[in-house]
Amino acid sequence: MTKENIINPQNLVYKKPSLMNNTPMHYCPGCSHGMVHKLVAEIIEEMEMTDNTIGICPVGCAVFAYNYLDIDWIEAAHGRAPACATAVKRLWPDHLVFTYQGDGDFACIGTAESIHAMNRGENIAIIFINNAIYGMTGGQMAPTTLMGMKTATCPYGRQADLHGYPLKMTELAANLEGTCYITRQSVHNVAAINRTKKAIRKAFENSLTGKGTSLVEVVSTCNAGWKLTPVQANKWMEENMFPYYPLGDIKDTTKE
Amino acid sequence: MNRIAGIIVVDTERCKGCGLCVEACPKKIVRLTEKSVNKKGYPYAIQTESELCNGCTSCGIVCPDGCITVYRKKWKEEQV
Repeated sequence: MTKENIINPQNLVYKKPSLMNNTPMHYCPGCSHGMVHKLVAEIIEEMEMTDNTIGICPVGCAVFAYNYLDIDWIEAAHGRAPACATAVKRLWPDHLVFTYQGDGDFACIGTAESIHAMNRGENIAIIFINNAIYGMTGGQMAPTTLMGMKTATCPYGRQADLHGYPLKMTELAANLEGTCYITRQSVHNVAAINRTKKAIRKAFENSLTGKGTSLVEVVSTCNAGWKLTPVQANKWMEENMFPYYPLGDIKDTTKE
Repeated sequence: MNRIAGIIVVDTERCKGCGLCVEACPKKIVRLTEKSVNKKGYPYAIQTESELCNGCTSCGIVCPDGCITVYRKKWKEEQV
């Protein structure tokens, strides 16, 4: 069996989703954003919603997401993606509307918009990337930074008396009446990526069928901000992030 | 006997050399180049012993930049 026999379109088993274009991504090597972008592209392709999807970009590392996926995007003001998505979904009720936000956008500057959009039960899907740090601006402390974790603005580690406690937005969202599907996933290995894909697909379907707000938190790495290699960052995340941010479904009212 | 052969094709110019595919490969046959780099200056992923590859797609799934394309072919040994 020669190489030329195997490399043949009929033997193709995995390739980059065609919705993802060839623009080189600005993300650091090994960044979790790439994996989640790929999942979003694959899911939209599988659902055949390419022409009927509107994504809302955040401010943060994913600010250029509109450059990489060939769907319709809107760039919202910092933290205002859920408010923007509310308007889009109400004007285009048959469209799939999702926001793609980081922890600085969703859990810090946009907390009011996030909580009120979820409390109103807007039929949108929210993808929340939680890497416990402000990646784009150079690794400052975020609301989700773990206790004792060192960042550029808390060089001696986060302390409760000085900085308060890490914010669990996902648990907070589960208490709101308007939300229908709340889950926390990760993308550190193949099995976790497959679970995240299922979760995002379910969130997108909930958006289309109008069941309420779905929130998929993706616990992810920021190896540049954490000053680790991508492989070490995944190990650090498993050891330190997962005990505080346990993975799994937190709320699912769509089951019955 | 049924055999499965896999092969990966890496978009070397898009690869950033993060090494996640090296860690994800169950057969440990993907590695990063040691001496050559791409135009951006990153070492890139290459497949070393391609006869061991069974096309499981693990490397492709974990690649954040979508640089890896995987091909898999099944065939009967007598045909070779």
